Amino acid sequence: MGDVAVRAEGLTKRFGDLVALDAIDLEIPAGDVFGLLGPNGAGKTTAVRVFTTVFPPDGGRAEVLGIDVTAHPDAVRRRVGLAGQFAAVDENLTGRENLRFVGKLAQLPPPKIMPRADELLERFELTEAAGRTVKTYSGGMRRRLDVAASLMRRPPVLFLDEPTTGLDPHSRNELWAMIRELVAEGTTVLLTTQYLEEADRLASRIAVVDHGHVIANDTPERLKAQLGGTVIEMGFADETTAVRALAAVTVAADGAHVEREERTVRVTSDDGAKMLMGVLRPLDGDGLEPATLTVREPSLDDVFLALTGHHAEGAEAEQPAVQGRRRRRGAA
Amino acid sequence: MSAIAVDPSIDLDHRVPFAAVRDALAVTQRNLIHFIRIPQLLVFSTIQPVIFVLLWRFVFGGAIGGTRGVPYVDFLMPGIFVQTVVFGAMATAIGLAADLKSGMLERFLSLPMSRSAVLVGRTLADLVRNVFVVILMVLVGFAVGFRIHTNVGAFLLGLGFVLLFGYAMSWIFAAVGLMVKDPETAQAAAFPVLAPLVFASTAFIPLITMPGWLQAFARNQPVSVTVEAVRALSIGGPTSDAVVQALLWCAGIVAVFATIAIRLYRRAL
Repeated sequence: MGDVAVRAEGLTKRFGDLVALDAIDLEIPAGDVFGLLGPNGAGKTTAVRVFTTVFPPDGGRAEVLGIDVTAHPDAVRRRVGLAGQFAAVDENLTGRENLRFVGKLAQLPPPKIMPRADELLERFELTEAAGRTVKTYSGGMRRRLDVAASLMRRPPVLFLDEPTTGLDPHSRNELWAMIRELVAEGTTVLLTTQYLEEADRLASRIAVVDHGHVIANDTPERLKAQLGGTVIEMGFADETTAVRALAAVTVAADGAHVEREERTVRVTSDDGAKMLMGVLRPLDGDGLEPATLTVREPSLDDVFLALTGHHAEGAEAEQPAVQGRRRRRGAA
Repeated sequence: MSAIAVDPSIDLDHRVPFAAVRDALAVTQRNLIHFIRIPQLLVFSTIQPVIFVLLWRFVFGGAIGGTRGVPYVDFLMPGIFVQTVVFGAMATAIGLAADLKSGMLERFLSLPMSRSAVLVGRTLADLVRNVFVVILMVLVGFAVGFRIHTNVGAFLLGLGFVLLFGYAMSWIFAAVGLMVKDPETAQAAAFPVLAPLVFASTAFIPLITMPGWLQAFARNQPVSVTVEAVRALSIGGPTSDAVVQALLWCAGIVAVFATIAIRLYRRAL
C-alpha cells in the first residue's frame, strides 16, 4: 500500500510547563489499525486532539492525508472522525436525534443524513433503541452510538481515544469486531489504549508513548518478542526463599528473562507452558514451593519495564503488588 | 489512495450553503429539546423570579411605597423582567460548561462546523427560553396588580429590550462558562457577578435611597439603564435617552464578550 494517512514531524504541544508532546515523529500507514499505547498522561489524547484539529500544535507539523492540520484545519475536519475518551453523546436526545444532530454539523447533504443515521444504527445494533433518549442506554450502547456519530461522514481516517475504557468484556469484543469491519472496508483507524492486549488484538503497528515521547514503534509481534509471550509470576513466603528460588529458576529458565522483585520472581518466555513445567520442577525438588502462582499475558507495564526499565506511571493497576514502585531490573 | 476512498459518492469538500446559519440553528434546536425533555430546567428558572415578585410586591414594597407617581408594583415589574433575564443568563454558562465537561465540545471542535455555531446556538436557545419566562412574568405581574401606563406597543418594545439585554448577558456568561469549564463552578462564579449588578441598581429600589457614592454606579450600570428604558416604555416619561443608552450597552456587551467567548471556545480544550 505505502500510503501515509497521518504523519507527525517534530510535533510538540505544551500546556504551561507541561510538555505533553515532545517533538514526536510518527507515520501511520493508510488502511490499517495503528495503536497508540501508553499510560494516562503519556500524551495519547493530546496527539489525537492535534490530529483532529481540536487544538493546534505548538511546534512541528502534523498532516492527515497529506493535509496540514494547522494550515487547513477545515479540510482535515472533513476527513476525520473522532470518538473521544468520553462518549460525547447528548443524553437528552434519542439515539437517532444524536446522529441527525452530528450529521448536520458534519456538513452532510441533508438528504443523506437520515439514511446514513439509520444505516449506522442498524450496524451498531441500536435500531431498537434509536427512539429512546440516551439516558436509558448502557455504557456499551453509548459508546457504540458515539463511534457511530464519528462515522456519519464516512471519514477515511477514524480516531478512537480509549474506545473500550469502562466497557464490559462483551461490549468490548463487539466494538473490536466493528472496528475490524471498518478497517476491512478501507478506513484507517488510530486507536489509543492503555492495554497491550487491545493494541495487540487490533493494531498492525503499535507506537508506545511515554511522557510525550514515542519510545517504541513496531509490530505487535516484534514488541511482544522483546518481552516474551507469557509472564509467569511466583510469589514466595519471604525474601530469602525468593532469592534462593531466583537462582534455581534462572538455571532452569535457560536464558529466558528472569527477575525478582521482593518476594516475587518473574519469568517471561515465548513458550509459557514448557517454561512453567521447567521452572516449577527444580523448585519442587528444593522445597521452594511458591505461595502464589500467576501465568498471564504481558501487560502495558511489562512493555514499559522492558523498554524503559521503569513501571508505567499512571497505568491502571494490573498488578497491584508492584504498582507504582520504582525498581531496577533484576538478574537477567 | 484507493484503500482509503471509503465512499466516492460523497465529495468531502462539498459545501452546504449558509453553513454557519444552519449549524447555529442545529445547535439551537438541540438545546431547546433539553427544555422540553427536562421541564425542571424551565420550572426552576421561573420559581425564583415569581418569589421575587411576591417578596417585593407584598413584603418590601410597602416600605418603599408609591414611586414616581405610580404604584410600587408598576415601578417594580420592569425591574423584575430585567432581573429575570439577568439571572437566567447563568444557564448559558452552565450549559456550555456542561458541554465542555461531557466531551461534546471536543466533538464539536473536530467537526467541520462553524466556529461560532455552538455559542450562537446556545445563546439563541437561551433567548427562546427567556421569551417564555418573560411572558410568564408579565402574566404574574398582571395578577399582582401591574398596569401599563403607556400603550401596548410601547410596552412590547420594552419587553423587546428586556430580551435583547438578556441575550447580551448570555454572551458574558458564555465567556464565564468557557473560562471556568465546570457547571458547578459556573453557577458559583456567576452569583458574585450578578448580585451587585441586580441589587445595586434601580431594579427594585429608587436611586434616591442609596448613598451618593453608590448612586453614580447604580445610575449608569447596564441593569439600571435597561430597567429605566423599560420603565419609560411602560410607565411613560422621556424615553429616548434611556433607550439609546440601553442599546449602546447591549451592542457593546455583545461586541466585547462575543469576541472573547469565540476566542475562548477555540481554546477551550
